[in-house]
Amino acid sequence: MEQNSLININNLVKRFPVGKGEFTALNGIDLTFETGEFAGLVGPSGSGKTTLLNIIGSLDTPSDGSVNVIGQDIANLNIKKAAVLRRQHMGFIFQTYNLLPVYTVYENIEFPLLLLKMSGSDRKKAVMDALDWVGLTDKIKSRPAQLSGGECQRVAIARAMVKKPELVLADEPTANLDAANSHNILKMMAKLNKELKTTFIFATHDDKVIQYLKRKISLEDGKIVNDENVINKGE
Amino acid sequence: MLAIKLAYRNLIGAGLRTWLNVFVLSFIYVLIIWHYGILDGWNEQANKDMKVWEAGNGHYWHQSYDPYDFFTLEESHSQIPEILQKATNEGIVTPILLSQATVYPDGRIQSMLLRGITPDQKVVAIPSAELNVELEEIPAIIGRRMAKSCKLKEGDITTIRWRDVNGTFDATEVKIVKVFNCNVPSVDAGQMYIPIEKLREMMQAPNEATIFVIGADAEMSDSVSGWAYKDYDFLMTEMNEMMKMKKVGGSFFYVILMLLAMLAIFDTQVLSIFKRQKEIGTYIAMGMTRPQVVSLFTVEGAMHAILAVIVGAIYGVPFLLWQMKTGMSMPAGSDDMGIPIAESIFPVYGVGLIVSTMLLVLIITTIVSYLPARKISKMKPTDAIKGKIQ
Repeated sequence: MEQNSLININNLVKRFPVGKGEFTALNGIDLTFETGEFAGLVGPSGSGKTTLLNIIGSLDTPSDGSVNVIGQDIANLNIKKAAVLRRQHMGFIFQTYNLLPVYTVYENIEFPLLLLKMSGSDRKKAVMDALDWVGLTDKIKSRPAQLSGGECQRVAIARAMVKKPELVLADEPTANLDAANSHNILKMMAKLNKELKTTFIFATHDDKVIQYLKRKISLEDGKIVNDENVINKGE
Repeated sequence: MLAIKLAYRNLIGAGLRTWLNVFVLSFIYVLIIWHYGILDGWNEQANKDMKVWEAGNGHYWHQSYDPYDFFTLEESHSQIPEILQKATNEGIVTPILLSQATVYPDGRIQSMLLRGITPDQKVVAIPSAELNVELEEIPAIIGRRMAKSCKLKEGDITTIRWRDVNGTFDATEVKIVKVFNCNVPSVDAGQMYIPIEKLREMMQAPNEATIFVIGADAEMSDSVSGWAYKDYDFLMTEMNEMMKMKKVGGSFFYVILMLLAMLAIFDTQVLSIFKRQKEIGTYIAMGMTRPQVVSLFTVEGAMHAILAVIVGAIYGVPFLLWQMKTGMSMPAGSDDMGIPIAESIFPVYGVGLIVSTMLLVLIITTIVSYLPARKISKMKPTDAIKGKIQ
């Protein structure tokens, strides 16, 4: 294990109460992620990939073991510190986009910068850059309801990337998209990974995503069954 | 600052949903201010009318006089003391002699209070100058209510019966020379006014009086032996109590309106919590703390009240000003409630009323917004993001 890695996970166990018993979603996970990785947690439904992604994203806590993300021990983070960690260092991309419905494209992308209390002029520049990355400069005033699924996910990517975080966590980002849109956004993320050195971690079982991964971590029943570096389309 | 900015953005972005709530709240603001303005206006008008028509700036009552006990009338009159005679001559006070009597309009019998008043007096607004006529009968003036209840009109001659100081009954005819309009029921209903000198003759009570009314602008509170000084506030006690009761009744209206408004806000906020779970989860995922999310939702709710003030001002100020200018017409018969009431009531809006209504709505709106928002703190962000919470 490298202490300077972006993410260090040691013997992670996550249990959920089910009725009077417990369900073990993750069992003895050991993983390390370096800066700039484009990695995927791959596996069928119920394999524990989303749970692992949530713990890395400090949205959930481990039952046992340690998870260190960007120098912070997730198990010992209070709610406020976890929020600061996410606010400053992480971006999230969700399967259902989770855009704020009453905001315009511009306002959705601007939102994380408001939380960082960035100045108005810096915010505007950063949002315009992010819109440029995802090719949505012409949709600046549109609301999510006026966009296609692919466009919504591109807005979500821009929102995750606008603050140039060290880490972007994407949970099934292509699940609601057709093949063409899936390839488009994956190319976009691969490009951003290359240009900005942002670490991307996906939770997916979509072959289209897997084609683009540089590292594929296969999970089954809460355990890692395979962890391999791959040559892919993103190269 | 961030919560205010985001809350404003959320409210404006929510469009019609926001404006419906804001309109309901603004309507309630305007309605409460108008309703209380009408009550205050009524109160002010009633006070003014009472002062002009009946109370003046106080009374002197004969020590035996009790307005709630007619049996005291037989004893409650005596010679005018020197100090009150002097004040009468100077026009500071006017004497009134009271006697219980009966009127026989169209052969019917009806009890009334016969009031002897100086025709030349200018202390109260009763048009006593109309009594300055030479007639075979005794000239009398009555108010609109009395005319209605006795079916009498100007020019009518009717019989009245009274009892003199010796207890002897006598009867004569009076001619109605004037039917006057008056907003004060106690000046009008069941009262008949005749010249005081005539009544003194009829009662065999020369130079006697029952009460003295002090002029509205005059100052007099000297102690007079055998006579009780009743200041303006004392004379207004009964009416003020009635107005208080009216206000208590109005408070129910106020509470119902407030409940309606709060229900709208509470409902919106509770629905928001469940409808906007994903949004809340997204806020948390992007780095908002739970207290920040709670404050965002609370500020959103409170901002409804602030926007409602602005919207309410847009249509409420012209409406309230128009009402203040034209007044509200009172339906016929509404003056039978015993409280002086004009044909039109002109609302009076106090700064205190406006500010306290706005503050109260703001505070209550904030509280009812906070309560459902507090539920957010119990949400698991991972479930909220997926909209799993029921």
